[in-house]
Amino acid sequence: MNSFTYTRAEAVEAAVREKSASDQVKFIAGGTNLLDLMKENIERPTRLIDINHLPLTQIEASPEGGLRLGALATNADTAWHPEVEKRYPLLSQAILAGASPQLRNMATNGGNLFQRTRCYYFYDLATPCNKREPGSGCSAIGGYNRILGILGTSESCIATHPSDMCVALAALAATVRVTGQNGERVVKFEDFHRLPGDTPQFDNTLQPDEIVTAIDLPAEDFSRNFSYLKLRDRTSYAFALVSVAAALQLDGNTIREGRLALGGVAHKPWRDQEAENMLRGQPATEDTFRRVAAKVVENARGYSHNTFKIELAKRAIVRALKQATEGQPVTEAFQNSNP
Amino acid sequence: MSQTNYIGKALNRVDGPAKVAGTAKYAAEFNVPGLAYGYIVNSPIAKGKITRIDAAEVLALPGVHRVFSHENVPMLAILDRSYKDDVAPGGSPFRPLHDAEIKFSLQPVALVVADTIELARYAASILKIEYEAAPHETDIETKRTKGFEPGRGKTGFTPPPPPRGNPDRELKNAVHSIDQEYVHGTQHHNPMEMFGTTVEYLGEGKLNVYDKTQGALNSQQYIRKVFGLSKEEARVISKYTGGGFGSGLRPQHQLFMAVLAALELKQSVRVTMTRQQMFSFGHRPHTLQTVKLGTNADGTLAAVQHHALHETSQFEDYTENVVNWSGMLYQCANVKLGYQLAKLDVYTPQDMRAPGAATGSFALEVAMDEMAYAAGLDPLDFRIRNYADRDQNLDKPFSSKKLRECYHEGAAKFGWEKRNPAPRSMRQGNMLVGYGMAGGVWDASQQKAGAKVSLSADGMLTVQSATNDIGTGTYTIMTQVAAEYLGLPVEAVDFQLGDTEFPAAPVQGGSWTAASIGTAVKNACEALGEKLLKQAQKMKGSPLEDAKFEDVEFVNGQLRLRLDPGQAVVIRDIVQASGETKMEADATAAPNLLKQQGYSLHAHNAVFVEVQVDEDLGTIHVTRVVNAVAAGRIINPNTARSQVLGSVVWGISMALMEETVMDHQFGRYMNHNYAEYHIPVNADIHDIDVLFVEEEDDIVNPLGVKGIGEVGLLGVAAAITNAVYHATGRRVRELPIMLDKLL
Ligand SMILES: Cc1cc2nc3c(=O)[nH]c(=O)nc-3n(C[C@H](O)[C@H](O)[C@H](O)COP(=O)(O)OP(=O)(O)OC[C@H]3O[C@@H](n4cnc5c(N)ncnc54)[C@H](O)[C@@H]3O)c2cc1C
Ligand code: SF4
Repeated sequence: MNSFTYTRAEAVEAAVREKSASDQVKFIAGGTNLLDLMKENIERPTRLIDINHLPLTQIEASPEGGLRLGALATNADTAWHPEVEKRYPLLSQAILAGASPQLRNMATNGGNLFQRTRCYYFYDLATPCNKREPGSGCSAIGGYNRILGILGTSESCIATHPSDMCVALAALAATVRVTGQNGERVVKFEDFHRLPGDTPQFDNTLQPDEIVTAIDLPAEDFSRNFSYLKLRDRTSYAFALVSVAAALQLDGNTIREGRLALGGVAHKPWRDQEAENMLRGQPATEDTFRRVAAKVVENARGYSHNTFKIELAKRAIVRALKQATEGQPVTEAFQNSNP
Repeated sequence: MSQTNYIGKALNRVDGPAKVAGTAKYAAEFNVPGLAYGYIVNSPIAKGKITRIDAAEVLALPGVHRVFSHENVPMLAILDRSYKDDVAPGGSPFRPLHDAEIKFSLQPVALVVADTIELARYAASILKIEYEAAPHETDIETKRTKGFEPGRGKTGFTPPPPPRGNPDRELKNAVHSIDQEYVHGTQHHNPMEMFGTTVEYLGEGKLNVYDKTQGALNSQQYIRKVFGLSKEEARVISKYTGGGFGSGLRPQHQLFMAVLAALELKQSVRVTMTRQQMFSFGHRPHTLQTVKLGTNADGTLAAVQHHALHETSQFEDYTENVVNWSGMLYQCANVKLGYQLAKLDVYTPQDMRAPGAATGSFALEVAMDEMAYAAGLDPLDFRIRNYADRDQNLDKPFSSKKLRECYHEGAAKFGWEKRNPAPRSMRQGNMLVGYGMAGGVWDASQQKAGAKVSLSADGMLTVQSATNDIGTGTYTIMTQVAAEYLGLPVEAVDFQLGDTEFPAAPVQGGSWTAASIGTAVKNACEALGEKLLKQAQKMKGSPLEDAKFEDVEFVNGQLRLRLDPGQAVVIRDIVQASGETKMEADATAAPNLLKQQGYSLHAHNAVFVEVQVDEDLGTIHVTRVVNAVAAGRIINPNTARSQVLGSVVWGISMALMEETVMDHQFGRYMNHNYAEYHIPVNADIHDIDVLFVEEEDDIVNPLGVKGIGEVGLLGVAAAITNAVYHATGRRVRELPIMLDKLL
């Protein structure tokens, strides 16, 4: 680990000002991702700004009738917050499907958005990686890519965004509140993360001087018919091979509105609005779900070890929509059993 | 029954409180004064050589003491022999920092020593090393036709017996037959405690070495030979070991590094590995196996053929007994076994829990399941039909073998009779349910070992042996053995281990510790007992005056006449009467070859497993396991049960999760961390039921124990694989069975 200086920010404006000084300055929130990356010499900031003392830990009603999640509220506090559990249980479920209780106690909502890929090669300095070292090449494309992406990949990078929470946020059409030196802006969730293209070193669209202050959940109610289905190599404490956040509003058996987002398949939480449109007005049947699932993976591309994800994603979409329809977010006794 | 009968009792771990309270100190926790910290630098390439090391920038950092590499290591031992530890395989052991040559990825190439671990780690990250890569080969698939038969390199290795009967003809003539390949990848032991060594520099070349190892004496001999140290100069201490599973049988790089640095810098030094570096040494080798079986019309085995090929390094021929078990687990007159190695640019594999047998029993027992289906027989029935009453490899009877009872009791406990034999025939809600079973056999061995006992005038007994406790319960069961034989309360017994000053003991491995050290402790206690009797007889008015040793017993703190227990002397009083502060005895114990030579000595088990598989998504859960084990006498049902529970978890891991993935582009393991090298978490583990079918066996050793650390693992991966087949109709022959194999 490199030596670095450490300062504590007391106000958002000051934090933003300090951050803009150099791209070697980093915010530290829970530290659960950043510290690991520093120990592995992947991130080498010269300066850390501790943002834990900024007044951004609130979870409160938003002016638009939704809920505002402070960037520094922990993943645990968010998942177990009564309003989140009542109005956005999909989000609770997604958060609780991730990491471990200890990690969720430290991890913040802001930090969760920024967690970096779990691509093996990104983590190993002995191998080339375009995301870590632009232009050095992508080892994963011709290497062991079982856990990597099938949608929106590029010739430069096939990494996935590993978050569970963000998949639910994408499905719920959250917005991200961001403050920079030029003031505040609001970013739609689907525009927050990006596809790798030929600049995979950038995971998201945040500017270097910006800080996330909050995440806004819109007022819409998906609290009855929802499901977060996470498929992984062990029952808990593993990243998703494929995860699906599904949310429906039903009129009897007819879908009024449907939401669908996938994790573990792309460089960003993968929300497919065309597929969502295909749900609207349709009966909530397996047949409908299969058609929608086929649409989602229409342009998917498998690599040497991860082609199975295409079929797995389809089946997971069908299962998640079925569970959402039945109002049984978890039908399988062993799923997501780590709250 | 007296209060001091302890053998067979479910005593809690005597080292439990120290472990829970954190007072049990592990090798990297001895904070001796003036400690410097070493950090190991590993090779990014798999083969080639180091062309340049530029340490100038690192050495300029205040607080950095030295950078060790092949360029500045002093002259050390010259002969290979000096680098061979007790359990080294044949060949030429790897010598850390010896020359510029790179033999495997993650090879340790330098050690940076600094004032703090953080500084050492940072300095290591900026050390400039240039390499010239050469083409490497790490893929065993390229060696399918290039295997070779190893010599007798390593202790414990038995080359497969020559073929018996006419296995080729009988296979061809069999009514039913199968011929399949079974594969598992590389696995790393990954004990919880990372390898670490703290070397306390005592002055004038004298060292106290706190090492993470499964054998303090093995570590001591290694550093004595490599660095030319005397016994007095190199005391090795290893009181607690946070898991071994075989990884600590051989001295690891950090021991060499820490001793080197301490001797050169004349300073105390600690070197610890990171989790990532735990992938830089031994592993269970990637193994390809073929099993061919044939049956006669009556369901008896007509022929058994089993061949294994696994990787080894370019410099040592690691061997394990993979196929021999297939010649002894079932009765069959026509058997052909083959075993080969292939050299790759990897580090030498290393014994990992039930080495060879875990691998071999997976292939054999899945093949037996396939054979049972092909012959239209129940898999359990099929096994019982082919039960071996004699060890046909050795052509000897077993000293004891209650595998049949394991089958029956295990099946009854599990509810095997409820199984519908047709694949995909059982369901529970969304889930396909499958039942599978398998079993195994493992050596019951004993090694030569010593122990010393010392009874003080206040009635406290100290027992010492240089063995280790790798979490298996050695502290506890040896306390029980000593307390039982000298009739003392366990609270009065202090068993000490892990110190080269103590009487010699072998490495802790092979499931032989209970038998080996147990017998030594028993012998030492009896030697002391005889002294106590003699001393007691000298006491005025002794009621034992004319007693012979056979006439007395040590019970409840007293030495008394067996037939007239009222005639007794308090044991503590005998020591006091001797006028000395303590009375001592020591003894060694070795296997009684005369008694054993006519027998085959083995432990057995039978495992029954229920899995539930999500038909659409391929997720597998092992919902129930019954493991019935016949391993002689059980000294402590608690610690024994823990060993079998751990074995089952290990087997679930082997079946469903564990694999160190090699990227052949780089010749490098890519999931070399705990986040991506998966082992089960609590949520993966459900009901596990352990049954012991006790065997009385005074041939294996005087205690009648067979060792329990490994046998429980056998068959677990196969039973799961078989259950998955029963649930889904999918036969998977390559571990681990991750969900994509079932889509
Ligand atoms: C072993 C392990 C297992 C895990 N398993 C899962 C899992 O299964 N599913 C899952 O979803 N996650 C998992 N995680 C990831 C975990 O959720 C993230 O590490 C965590 O959410 C990051 O939050 P943090 O507050 O600790 O971020 P930090 O580590 O403090 O920061 C991460 C990054 O975000 C930046 N940052 C933080 N806050 C802000 C802000 N407000 N504005 C701008 N930039 C900011 C930091 O500068 C840094 O670059 C796992 C992590 C570990 C270590
Ligand atoms: S997939 Fe992306 S992160 Fe992984 S090696 Fe390629 S460039 Fe790096």
